[in-house]
Amino acid sequence: MSYTFNWSILWTGQSGGWLLQGLFTTIEISILAWWIAVVLGIGSGAMRTVPVVPLRWAAAAYVEFFRNVPLLVWMFFWYFAVPPLLPDAVREWLFDHGAEFWAALCALGVYHGARFSEVIRAGIQAIPKTQFEAAVSTGLTVTQAYRLIILPIALRLIIPPATNESLNLLKNSSVALTIGVAELTFQTRQIETYTAKAFEALASGTVIYLLLCLTIAALMAQVERRYAIPGMIAQGAVGEN
Amino acid sequence: MELHVIADNFAFLILQGFFGFGSFAGGTLRLAAPAIVFGFILGIFIGLGRLARSRWISVPMTIYVEFFRGVPLVMVIFWFWFIIPVLLGKSLPEYSVALTAFVVFEAAYLGEIVRAGIQSVPRGQVEAATATGLTRAQAMRHVILPQAFRNMIPALVTQFIVLLKDTSLASIIGYVDLTKAAQIVNNREIRPFELYLFIAVVYWACSYGMSRYARALERRLNPQAA
Repeated sequence: MSYTFNWSILWTGQSGGWLLQGLFTTIEISILAWWIAVVLGIGSGAMRTVPVVPLRWAAAAYVEFFRNVPLLVWMFFWYFAVPPLLPDAVREWLFDHGAEFWAALCALGVYHGARFSEVIRAGIQAIPKTQFEAAVSTGLTVTQAYRLIILPIALRLIIPPATNESLNLLKNSSVALTIGVAELTFQTRQIETYTAKAFEALASGTVIYLLLCLTIAALMAQVERRYAIPGMIAQGAVGEN
Repeated sequence: MELHVIADNFAFLILQGFFGFGSFAGGTLRLAAPAIVFGFILGIFIGLGRLARSRWISVPMTIYVEFFRGVPLVMVIFWFWFIIPVLLGKSLPEYSVALTAFVVFEAAYLGEIVRAGIQSVPRGQVEAATATGLTRAQAMRHVILPQAFRNMIPALVTQFIVLLKDTSLASIIGYVDLTKAAQIVNNREIRPFELYLFIAVVYWACSYGMSRYARALERRLNPQAA
């Protein structure tokens, strides 16, 4: 082994600024994509359990199509294949305003929406059917029963698997570097290119990811302690990475 | 839509990109299949290690699992891409780097599957095995692991699906898998919509087909659950 460590490259020159900027972009894209994923996930997850067959089919088609294709392929698809289909004015606006960011956002949000959907469906299916029947028999419509009874319970049940999925989303945001989004992994590569100190650059990025994941996991454990329904645990959440 | 792009490059995309026959040392399947096998072997030791009585074994194994589960795969691939030449003094081909990275990374997830599988064997089985005079190691080898493996099969198939999709990330260090093959063809033909949609369909067919198979297996192994 012949490698000389020089940790000072992390705080001299531009490295520190790049890392911070990368961290900021990672958090920004993760939070925005998380909202897209949650909305799509709750919508399609609920649709998969309603007693209306066409809705169930539509939601199942969305989930099965998006989650069975690698995220990287979706990144390329949204970045290279979708813009040529858009009207010229929209496309030009996009390429003037960070098209890679919006493409990565769509890819992450829609892909993880399909995965959130499975978590939410598992949560809804863990609720005894009698809850829904009781809700409907008190005169609530199906929509009201979902909004007021089923979803609030389901969302409290799925806190652990939903946390897991949220962390997956955060980690998967690193795939956005392939289309040129300057997120954390991209910036660690940039530091490596400029300083030729790969070990230090990768170590700093790795530590930041680990700290982010551990912090979120600890926070969500608190939330879970507060909101979990005693005696009920959601089953069968997908343990994929 | 100009589907002739797919037809013209079909052999390159599927034979070279997916299976790995051709002038490049590539292929999605050629990376995924050995990665799951070696990853599982390493995963058995990690899963057993996490359940070990000695803290000197269980704590490092727990750290291993939590570390790799807290870091993006892209980062792990870059780590190996950099660290292997430093450790060995010479660089290895993309295939070896990618395979090492995937085995080490997947072993963390597979270790958790092994651990869950072992823990799913009813406690009475362990007690009965001990009562017949088997040592702990013998009970593990002859009684617990065979039953645990059976319970692990659906989770292993699911993990293989994940792995198959994740191998697309090997393209970022230049490994010629299905995704990279599509990129290569696209650089020449500039038909991103057709090409990326086509590989999406190929991935989808493998992944969806196997997930149906995993579900069927689960139902057969565990009829009361589904």
